[in-house]
Amino acid sequence: MSTTTTTTTTARAVSGPMVDVREVRKHFGHIEVLKSVDLAVQPGEVCCLLGRSGSGKSTLLRCINQLESIDAGEIFVAGERIGYEEKRGKLHPLSDRAVARQRRSIGMVFQRFNLFSHMTALDNIIESPTGVLRTSRSTAKARALELLDRVGLADRADHYPRQLSGGQQQRVAIARALAMDPAVMLFDEPTSALDPELVGDVLGVMRDLAADGMTMVVVTHEIGFAREVADTVVFLDGGEVVERGAASEVLTAPEHASTQAFLSRVLREEA
Amino acid sequence: MTTTAPPPTRSAPLPVARQRHYGRWVVVVVLVAVGGFVTFSLVTNPRFGWPVVFEWFTSERILSGLLNTLELTLISMVIGVVLGGVVGIMRLSTNPVIAGASWAFVWFFRGTPVFVQLLFWGSISALYPVIVLGVPFGPSFAEFSANDLITPFAAAILGLGLNEAAYMAEIVRAGVRSVDEGQREAAAALGMGRARIMWRVVLPQAMPVLIPPTGNELIGLLKTTSMVAVLAFPELLYSAQLIYAVNYQTIPLLITASLWYLIVTSVLSIGQYVLERHYGRSFSARVSRKKTAAMIGHAA
Repeated sequence: MSTTTTTTTTARAVSGPMVDVREVRKHFGHIEVLKSVDLAVQPGEVCCLLGRSGSGKSTLLRCINQLESIDAGEIFVAGERIGYEEKRGKLHPLSDRAVARQRRSIGMVFQRFNLFSHMTALDNIIESPTGVLRTSRSTAKARALELLDRVGLADRADHYPRQLSGGQQQRVAIARALAMDPAVMLFDEPTSALDPELVGDVLGVMRDLAADGMTMVVVTHEIGFAREVADTVVFLDGGEVVERGAASEVLTAPEHASTQAFLSRVLREEA
Repeated sequence: MTTTAPPPTRSAPLPVARQRHYGRWVVVVVLVAVGGFVTFSLVTNPRFGWPVVFEWFTSERILSGLLNTLELTLISMVIGVVLGGVVGIMRLSTNPVIAGASWAFVWFFRGTPVFVQLLFWGSISALYPVIVLGVPFGPSFAEFSANDLITPFAAAILGLGLNEAAYMAEIVRAGVRSVDEGQREAAAALGMGRARIMWRVVLPQAMPVLIPPTGNELIGLLKTTSMVAVLAFPELLYSAQLIYAVNYQTIPLLITASLWYLIVTSVLSIGQYVLERHYGRSFSARVSRKKTAAMIGHAA
């Protein structure tokens, strides 16, 4: 893993939480996937969302950058209301353009990497900085190479995604999100689609990122990572937060029955 | 139940005899016979009029007809691709009116023969004698006689272009759908706008799916332009018809036209092969090459 970190990610100066989710509700058809969820993530905090599949943790993450719309509640990132604007005492949905603008400062890493398959690793990283932020190609390229070095893939700049292993693709995807200089990074089960021996490299990059002070919201099944890196964990079940608190406390002494059941099951699988 | 004896042991492995394909030999003999007969007939039947074919092959009238055919094909294809792209993307809209309009366009233009559409455009002045540029139910800025505005060339372009757009719309729709939804989400998460996502992320990845059928469309369109003869526009076929109407050398001139159609479709097939290789770069090269060979086989 690269240790030559030339760029340090420091938490943005925000008063109050970096991510502030208040009483968010979300339905898919008749199914209520989020039932009035609250979540506050402070600048520089690493927050892990845990829970069984179908508990709503991925949906909650996708609501934060508006990949899913919400039915009720409010979401703020870096103090800015996401998806809506308040005018004359009413909330109006933002235009597509404004939503796209808000997403620039919210990095996201997907379970299935989603690298653009027709572009090299380097082109994947510079696409949005040059196209959306209008950074000059040379500046974007220099920064991209720096980021590739940071995730340990400096020699893979000209490789297409299909020429990279899953772990390498995911690290490129992390570099791609970082190239936008986001205020917060969202990770949606970033290691779930990886072969076990490739998980460590990706978690290593995320660990470095956390150490640099990046605000991170991570949906994961990696209890070991949560215990080691996360500041707080939030445990969801059936679309509700059933337990939350400091990672060290919740993971060692869970209070809620479903948290206990989940942890013992996951730990048994890991053993 | 029968019991099988164990195979006898031998000092050397048994040699494998070559399999003989007797059935294939019969087919080969038949094919050679048919081919020989056709060639013999081509050479010896004077009514093919090969001297006449080559006399007219590079004549000015045929070449100008060929040029008109190429022009018609090119302009109609550009209209087809651009309009078809818009209509195809409209079809994927979440707004039911936009998607419905796209559906209706494709339904109408694919559901009626292009020949009939060409006749319609050719006779448009019977429907709208005067075409007015202005605000509906309001003031008008200019008036044109439909006969002046919709020349045979314009009628041909409208008929071929709109019809082609309907087919291209379906191809674009299928191509766009073939791209994984995760690609769009990743692009959206990076702050790209919708147009940018479509142009930079989705369409380039749809290309390997779009190009083979689009190449077939182009080749098909080239041949369909021959129907424009009905509008008395001197494209390749109509130019040939004008000549044989005078010298009665019907068969030789049809062969002249056919040879040109064959030459151009062959060139287009090669172009399609090159394009497919280019866009297949970041995907599986071997598969796309195999597919391309198959496509060329179909097209030619």
